[in-house]
Amino acid sequence: MAMATGGRSWAVLRDLGILLVFLAVVGVLMALSPQAFAKPANLINVVKQASINGVLAVGMMLVIISGGIDLSIGSIVALAGVIAASLAHPGEHSLALAVAAPVAAGAVVGALNGASVAYGGIPPFIVTLASMTIVRGLALIAAHGMPVFNVTKAFEALAGGFVANTVPYLVIYFAVVTAVGAFVLGKTVFGRRIYAVGGNEVAAAVSGIDVHAVKIGVYTISGALAGFAGLVLASRTISGNPTSGQAYEMDAIAAVIIGGVSMSGGVGKWYGTVIGALFIAVIGNGLDILNVSSYYQLIIKGLIIYFAVLFDIKGKRRG
Amino acid sequence: MYPSRRSEIPERRRERVDGVLLEMRGICKSFGGVPVLTDVGLEIRRGEVHALVGENGAGKSTLVKILMGIHPADAGEILVEGRPVAFRNPREAIHGGIAMIHQELSPVLDMEVAENVFLGRELRARRWAWLSVVDRRRMRRECQALLDSLSIPIDPAATMRSLSVAEMQLVEIAKAISHSPKVVVMDEPTSAITEREVEILFAQIAALRARGVSVVYISHKMAEIFRISDRITVLRDGALAGGGEARSLDQDALIRMMVGREIKELFPKEPVEPGEEVLSVKGLSWGRRVREVGFSLRRGEILGIAGLVGAGRSETVEALFGVRRASAGQVRVGGVPRRIRSPRDAIARGIALITEDRKLQGLNLKGTVEQNISLVALGKLFRDGVIRRRTERAVADEYMRRLRIKAFSRSALVASLSGGNQQKVVLAKWLLAEPEIIILDEPTRGIDVGAKRDIYLLMGELVRQGKAIVLVSSEIPELMGLSDRILVMAGGRITGELQRPEFSQERIMRFASQVHGG
Repeated sequence: MAMATGGRSWAVLRDLGILLVFLAVVGVLMALSPQAFAKPANLINVVKQASINGVLAVGMMLVIISGGIDLSIGSIVALAGVIAASLAHPGEHSLALAVAAPVAAGAVVGALNGASVAYGGIPPFIVTLASMTIVRGLALIAAHGMPVFNVTKAFEALAGGFVANTVPYLVIYFAVVTAVGAFVLGKTVFGRRIYAVGGNEVAAAVSGIDVHAVKIGVYTISGALAGFAGLVLASRTISGNPTSGQAYEMDAIAAVIIGGVSMSGGVGKWYGTVIGALFIAVIGNGLDILNVSSYYQLIIKGLIIYFAVLFDIKGKRRG
Repeated sequence: MYPSRRSEIPERRRERVDGVLLEMRGICKSFGGVPVLTDVGLEIRRGEVHALVGENGAGKSTLVKILMGIHPADAGEILVEGRPVAFRNPREAIHGGIAMIHQELSPVLDMEVAENVFLGRELRARRWAWLSVVDRRRMRRECQALLDSLSIPIDPAATMRSLSVAEMQLVEIAKAISHSPKVVVMDEPTSAITEREVEILFAQIAALRARGVSVVYISHKMAEIFRISDRITVLRDGALAGGGEARSLDQDALIRMMVGREIKELFPKEPVEPGEEVLSVKGLSWGRRVREVGFSLRRGEILGIAGLVGAGRSETVEALFGVRRASAGQVRVGGVPRRIRSPRDAIARGIALITEDRKLQGLNLKGTVEQNISLVALGKLFRDGVIRRRTERAVADEYMRRLRIKAFSRSALVASLSGGNQQKVVLAKWLLAEPEIIILDEPTRGIDVGAKRDIYLLMGELVRQGKAIVLVSSEIPELMGLSDRILVMAGGRITGELQRPEFSQERIMRFASQVHGG
């Protein structure tokens, strides 16, 4: 039993490790900038800044735990934004269509990704690299290479609104998506199968799991969430920009990795991903407030990714 | 260079009178606060075959890993030819004259045989040596010479991936021998190979011994241990439990030392009256590896399938289970014709397959004991798709108790369990799905006597409950001990069927080595 508690406490410590570092960074920033960073309004702002990446990261997390990767989400964000804005011109369509269509488009792209990975047997990196390129092209064609402007007030309010005049809708979306993602991953049979497929695909198949369905499922969810993120981004920027969302997939991957999800699949917890997404936002926000040049911010972000994974690997070796 | 060096005693005089080549003394090791080895000693004489035995988890593998520099010891010393050594990694151990054949093979699958044999010490082209250009042709040539000298019929240019497990094992042995070591450590070298290859291996061991090379031989197979070893050391629960000259020991004494209790009979076979037919297979084929296999299986029956490696036994059961898509054949389950195109179909018909390779096909090594146990039955346990942890925990606890799975807790990673306990986890996950027909493919490979017996007892219990079992095994005593009937396969076909009174090792081997015209 000694090992059980020893092993467990190590695992918990490893899970907590990134949280502790995160809290330490937040504490330092609060101490350095009590007037600006530590203000409640700014802290809410941080969560808001994390929200779009956070939504994408939840989808990315599912894909990576299943043993795959999804590079196409940044392009889906752009395509979804263009579709959303095009359907949100005043007096043309209902708001429901402007909301549903981009999410559905994202889900379709995701399902195609998943089907190619599952049935085509093509490595996920390559499938989604191809669809990333294709979907970017589709977005540019759909928007004729120009941002789509002129959207309704109601559409604008999707991302711009507040609950009780304090909590932005964006934060609520992030929270809801995270909660659903956590439930699916932690509490459902589907979630357990995602871990099983990522942990040992052959064993999962022999155990009677429909590996293809699981893969198509995670890519579809990732695509739909990217579609939703594109919708929200279009609302926030009051336009559908076909060049938006570039490298968003990399930020999502970074959040997932910082949160301790293994790139080889089968391992990872939802709360790690939330911390990862918040961490990236905190660094951006805090360093902005401290007037650190965005060039240096990139270096700091890179170092955080590097060390998060380094400590994770070292920790695993010990445990 | 230094005076102290020059005053070293010459090589020859350092050897002790009793011919001790390698000595490990007072070795202690614990992982995460749990002692795995306490004050263990091992003494290997020049040119002897020294068997290291014990149940899984007794610490044999840890001991040899310390020797190889894979783990550092917490305390104790290692002497090679009387000189203290401390290898920090396997490379240093190999340079120090100690080679090891690991239980888990680690070939680079996409490289060819010769490249694997020379991995890490690639031969360089003489002309281009300064550029470190690999001389593939010379590697192949020398590899061929090596394999020829060991009479191993494998093409050095074949990729590892194209070889069977047994052939990979032989390559691994050739690789170890090619280092011209003083000591070769073999960790369960026969766990994946059949009789014929075992003979090749034993011939190699005899040749090594004749050259004065010592062999540390880790195995669970009693017959082998007594056949080839000069001396035996027994470990139990991380401590020395006995040992001595092989001649002065017998199987019962050895088992007693290993398990610390008496095991009455290894194969507890109880007669069960067979019931109605639950499975009938006709003309089952899968490419050229499985050809028109047919058999029937009744409730309460254990049907053994014997054969050499490559006879098509695993392929047959995998085709039956839908892991491989059968190219022809009819399957009737409970008298009803069924098409089985995937493991899901098979599971839905109440069939379970405990696969041959638990790490590749049986377990999610990144998951916990509990997650692995519940995996197959998840859909059945939680019909609404939502997992209730309390139910899952209760089920895991129940099966851990029933199968006597030794783990620190149900949330321990399966990767941390011993082979026997891992195999029990695989069994648990299938039993939880409550199958009627249970196919076991090499269920006791590489696991210790105690765990083996637990599995045999469980099989007895299952057939008493009216389940039917198909047992594929390369261990003929196991098949003869447990089966009601034995089918023998060769070249993808069934070449013979024996009823229990007709069982004999010779008959089985004769059918197994039967050659077909095609």
